[in-house]
Amino acid sequence: MKTIKILSLIAVAGLTFWSCSDDDDAPEEVNEEETITTMTITLVPQGGGTTVTLQTQDLDGDGPNAPVVTVSDDLAANTTYGGAVVVLDETVTPADNITLEVAEEDDEHQFFYIPTGNITDITYGDQDDDGNPVGLIFTLTTGGAGAATLAVTLRHEPKKPNDGTLADAGGETDIAETFNITIQ
Amino acid sequence: MLFILLVFTTPFTVWSQDCNYTLSGQVTDYHSKLPLVNATIQIVGQPFSATTDLDGKFEISNLCAGMYQLEISHPECNTILVQRRIDRSIFIELKMEHHLEELDEVQVVGEVLNKKTNTALEESVKLATLEAYSSGSLGDALKEIGGVSSLNTGANIVKPVIHGLNGSRVLILNDGVRMQDMEWGDEHAPNIDINSVGAVSVIKGAAALQYGGDAIGGVVVMEQARIPAKDTLYGRTFLNGVSNGRGGSASSELTRAFGEGWFVKGQGSYKRLGDHEAPDYILSNTGVQEIGGTLQFGKHQFAWGWDVRYSYFNSEIAILRASHIGNVDDLIRSINNGQPEIIRPFTYDLQNPRQEVTHHLGKAKFYRRFEGLGKLNVQYDFQNNRRFEFDVRRGELDDRASLDLELTTHTLTTDFKWDAKERFDLHFGLLGRYQENFANPATGVRRLIPDYDKYDFGSFLVGEFRVNDAWLLEAGLRYDFNRIDAQKFYRTTRWEERGYDTEFQDLVVEDLGTQLLVNPVLNYHNFSSTIGAKYGFNGSLLRFNYALAQRAPNPAELFSDGLHHSAARIELGDLRIDSETSHKFIASWQKDFAHWGFTLEPFVNWVQDFILLEPTGVEFTIRGAFPVWEYRQTNARLLGVDVSAYSNWSTRWRSQHGFSLVKGNDTENDIALINIPSGNFRNSVTFSKPEWNDFEVSLESQYVLRQNEVPDNITVFSPEQQEEVLLEINTAPDAYHLLGLQSKMGFQLGETTKLTTSLRINNLLDTSFREYLNRQRFFADDLGRNIILQLKLNY
Repeated sequence: MKTIKILSLIAVAGLTFWSCSDDDDAPEEVNEEETITTMTITLVPQGGGTTVTLQTQDLDGDGPNAPVVTVSDDLAANTTYGGAVVVLDETVTPADNITLEVAEEDDEHQFFYIPTGNITDITYGDQDDDGNPVGLIFTLTTGGAGAATLAVTLRHEPKKPNDGTLADAGGETDIAETFNITIQ
Repeated sequence: MLFILLVFTTPFTVWSQDCNYTLSGQVTDYHSKLPLVNATIQIVGQPFSATTDLDGKFEISNLCAGMYQLEISHPECNTILVQRRIDRSIFIELKMEHHLEELDEVQVVGEVLNKKTNTALEESVKLATLEAYSSGSLGDALKEIGGVSSLNTGANIVKPVIHGLNGSRVLILNDGVRMQDMEWGDEHAPNIDINSVGAVSVIKGAAALQYGGDAIGGVVVMEQARIPAKDTLYGRTFLNGVSNGRGGSASSELTRAFGEGWFVKGQGSYKRLGDHEAPDYILSNTGVQEIGGTLQFGKHQFAWGWDVRYSYFNSEIAILRASHIGNVDDLIRSINNGQPEIIRPFTYDLQNPRQEVTHHLGKAKFYRRFEGLGKLNVQYDFQNNRRFEFDVRRGELDDRASLDLELTTHTLTTDFKWDAKERFDLHFGLLGRYQENFANPATGVRRLIPDYDKYDFGSFLVGEFRVNDAWLLEAGLRYDFNRIDAQKFYRTTRWEERGYDTEFQDLVVEDLGTQLLVNPVLNYHNFSSTIGAKYGFNGSLLRFNYALAQRAPNPAELFSDGLHHSAARIELGDLRIDSETSHKFIASWQKDFAHWGFTLEPFVNWVQDFILLEPTGVEFTIRGAFPVWEYRQTNARLLGVDVSAYSNWSTRWRSQHGFSLVKGNDTENDIALINIPSGNFRNSVTFSKPEWNDFEVSLESQYVLRQNEVPDNITVFSPEQQEEVLLEINTAPDAYHLLGLQSKMGFQLGETTKLTTSLRINNLLDTSFREYLNRQRFFADDLGRNIILQLKLNY
């Protein structure tokens, strides 16, 4: 008798758990919160001329599509440009401005600009509270006509101060893109 | 303890004048009801005894009236004690349990468990070994067994690997409950407190069908030490000091048993370590904290019994900071650097990246033995596994988990073992299971594993036939049905890139623009079977076993989709993945001579539609390039051998030797399989002198060969270097040799109190090395010297 009682108790308990944990509600959609989809660098020539924008945009985040990279125009030779960076998350509307977060945590972030070819100089135009460069604002100087590339990297938690190379800075890469530029 | 002794030795006799009574009776086998010959009936504290004849009958005459205690013993049975009042001549029927070797209520504490299979390769970890790893993990202790290695993520996350296979292919049975703790992830360790385990055995294959049909790698069976059916109270306490990690652990266990079969047992343990250290640097952010507890009570009698168990395990594990990387360039840099990029001063803090996992396990079991028939078991178990993974994130998100999964499982099992015939056993069972996975959307990170409901049904029949003293045959069949009903969001671009839009478009429930909500319902029917034989002849034991096993794909293999931040890789499952089928042949030859012995165990495992995860290329995102790891199916062959030998050189000196090798091949493409353990030698020499307080010291050498058979590396475009570079993601580290020293002494403090002190030094020479099966080998060296001092108190 005892046996049967215990057995039926177990069976009932099992069935109860079984039935009450069933639910068919559709799960809630997750929109990635830390996504950076777009980086736009605006280069304004000092003393007038055509403003050039460099953009990389990856609307599917870590989806299969590669980012779309655009360079709006050629750079003028022997010119100094004032550069400014805007970083956005465009998976949400209105787009989330990540630039503000970077500015707020500027001691944990740094943009690295590594040119090749006829870009002669890049100088940081901003500093964090410790006096180390951040790179949201910078100046870029071109040399003679020819080809150039500009590799832009945003690092999270780099070593600060560092010697300006990616290798020394370490940290994690939030953005990495190389722009192919023609200088005329 | 003294009290119990008194109870047992006091004769229950009240003398009276009449001394002409006769006690006669018959002794029979409980199962078969056949008479038992040669059973001895002894009257405790009296000079009377008798032996049963061919009919199992006996007779003792000239007894006085009074209360008597009878001890009935038989060479193949458990000794039983029976009380009888004699005030006239009586005839009694006594039933003895005849299958001593199979009975799982054999009342010996700390005794190694029964064999789960007779013809497959099965090996146990000794209790002493388990105790030595009290401050370590289950995975570390299992490596003492030949053919068992581990897939590590640092020192704290240790996944057992059996004959080259791990994860969902290795079943872990915790006191009769199959662990459901997200075993699919490489960085998910079994959620088990090693201190709560009484005995462990490993079955290297799928031959133990009663546990599941999908154990393509093998089964790890953990059981509780048996509790004696007598009035007693005992316990043990461990204190461990660990130098590498500058911490330690404590564990305590107490058991109270009552004569009637009632018992209650409680256990708790706590472990805390800070950053571990490689020989040359601190491994920053590798601390760990573990809390475990178990409470168990019930009533175990021979004919029937029940028990209830609850266990809790919580672990918080920090993951090497330098292993959290941004993109493929970071990975290239890490591989080339030779030492971790982030080395900070020692700390006990557990920072991000880290994981926190809590496992609750509840179980209720009932058994009843039917005379002349067999034993029925019914068990319900409940498991809840909650996993948080924290990544290095920006701002306030740093405090929010990137992964938050809750896996809840209910299982109802019942089985019946028919053992009425002496030469023949049949074991039949049924299983029903419901599992629910909930992926919390509050993480703000797309789900790596989706929400799903899973239904399992299984049934098995296993038979065993003892032909004669030399031969034993074993065979079994099992059928499993699995249904997985998932609700998953796919990025529209991924859905199309995988080609699902042409094949599975009817599964789409809702189109949210950039994402699709999809409801795949997948059914799998799996069959498994086993057949084996055991043959013993003059000191040799030969075993042969063939097992067919089928395993349905796990949620990670089906649904993985996205960037695994902590591993800096994009992992892609495939909805088209189907069950894999394994054909495993194993043989073993064991021979013991006067002073030495050996075991030779070759195996071959052909797996059709073997599911594996491999780096296949890169994908570009705004963060740079990421290696893509894709699940694919192929045909594979695993071939290997485990050899072990021992020798007793003298009464003081003993040596042990072992060698294990596995070769894994993708036979479809004729390339090496990924993550196959390298060949390794284990040798040890032990000196023991019991006269010096059980003094024992041993030196152990472990030589691990380089894994030369690995898949090709992949070429990736490095945005930083603006060129194609070879990503040495598959290159194995060099061979290494480690020495270990172990010594212990025991001190009897009281009649039942014993203190055992032991000292263990791992990596004695502080050798720098990296292990192929450690996922952190790209970033840092493995552990340096570790000195563990242990105090064990038995009472």
